[in-house]
Amino acid sequence: MQDLTEQILELIRLAATDLPPDVEAALRRSVEQEQPGSAARGALETIIKNVELSRANSTPICQDTGTPIFYVYYPEGWSTRKLRAQIETAVVQATQKAYLRPNSVDSLSGKNTGNNLGDSHFPTVHFEEVEGDTLTIDLMLKGGGCENVGAQYSLPNSQLGAGRDLAGVRKVVLDAVHKAQGKGCAPGILGVAIGGDRGSSYYASKETLFRQLEENNPNPELAALEERLTGESNQLGIGPMGFGGATTVLSTKITSLNRLPASFFVSISYMCWAYRRRRMTWADGKASYA
Amino acid sequence: MHQVNIPIQNDVIRSLKVGDPVALSGVMLTGRDSVHKWMVETFIKNTRQPQGDDLEVYQAIKPLLDGGVIYHCGPVVAGLDTRQFRFVAAGPTTSIREEPYQGEVMKHFNVRGVIGKGGMGPKTLAACQEVPGAYLHAVGGAASLIAQTVTRVLGVYKLDFGVPEAMWVIEVKDFPVVVTMDAHGSSQHAVIEQQSKSVLEELLAQSY
Repeated sequence: MQDLTEQILELIRLAATDLPPDVEAALRRSVEQEQPGSAARGALETIIKNVELSRANSTPICQDTGTPIFYVYYPEGWSTRKLRAQIETAVVQATQKAYLRPNSVDSLSGKNTGNNLGDSHFPTVHFEEVEGDTLTIDLMLKGGGCENVGAQYSLPNSQLGAGRDLAGVRKVVLDAVHKAQGKGCAPGILGVAIGGDRGSSYYASKETLFRQLEENNPNPELAALEERLTGESNQLGIGPMGFGGATTVLSTKITSLNRLPASFFVSISYMCWAYRRRRMTWADGKASYA
Repeated sequence: MHQVNIPIQNDVIRSLKVGDPVALSGVMLTGRDSVHKWMVETFIKNTRQPQGDDLEVYQAIKPLLDGGVIYHCGPVVAGLDTRQFRFVAAGPTTSIREEPYQGEVMKHFNVRGVIGKGGMGPKTLAACQEVPGAYLHAVGGAASLIAQTVTRVLGVYKLDFGVPEAMWVIEVKDFPVVVTMDAHGSSQHAVIEQQSKSVLEELLAQSY
């Protein structure tokens, strides 16, 4: 089996230091939405400068390089045990090269392992076997500030008047955006999952964040709600960094999954503007990156 | 742009108002969750006995914090193996986690500036009026850019807390921040929270 450690290291470097083009384009558009001379516009201009500098110098966009979350789609015949070992080696090397901050802390002792390894959940690796010969690895680096403002609601929620329908979903998502204020490093991107159990729902909300910003939701009802939620979140006026302003949310992604009759969860994963996600494709003995 | 030197004089901190952009220069200390808990438990509430190098570190940081600045930051640091430390990425972390501790830490050490992101609550705002001090907002995620304003890493305390949680002593030049909580009781965060709350209520009242 091919050793992909070096290619995975490059995937990590790219994710940590080079913001994806769709996110950068959305940030550049949002600069124009803010008043000249405002703190909001100043923050966005600083963000753009930082994105350019990080790319040029191969330094982390944000010092919180987050939880490395890998999704590996592998063809038949690859060993997931060996792939995990290669991912872990690449993560250790990336930490030594200061692409990643040592971020894995023992929850009981408070000790930082120093190399971004830990138990079986750090780094987080999901495996799925796929047809064909192409191996794909998606990587997301999700920082703690935005992870902390994620939320899960169990509907109905009488306080918000939110029932078990899309109208209820809308209300709780707006409530989550309000509660987050600027703390998740606005402007953010919302990953929303409707249904599932508490665990699967949160996972699904993160998985929606692998979609491209311009990608349309195939479900027209959800597509309409995504657009509405982005617009209404921006009406809240929280703005970049919570300074006040027109840009609070860049995009919303919604998915649904089957649920139990008794349960109706809505899970919101908030992604900061430093939306670090990259893909590596391994085909015909060559790696390519997007 | 206000040019402010650390240690910060009383009249300087009082002259800063919410919305003012500031370029900070001088020596500051990073400190976040572990540091604030350690300071309050060991030296302010005295619920924990000093251990190891605690007293020595306390004596060393006291003069640095007198009129000084605490930066809520867990940096990416190069040169860990050679101890030739260099900040590679150093944006602010979310400050509200220090709300239970910050006011007491400011008062105990006479800290005049707290840098972070996301703002803080009423206890810290009250301390800003009392000390006097200000909350200075850095741009979250702008880590490479901010690291360039760190001209030297002068040392580190409590590295056993881990790289992100240690107290790094850094010299900065023109470190960019915006005042979002001032010594006169104003908080931009409280204003935005309220304004967005009333918009939220209008939106929630609309039919689907």
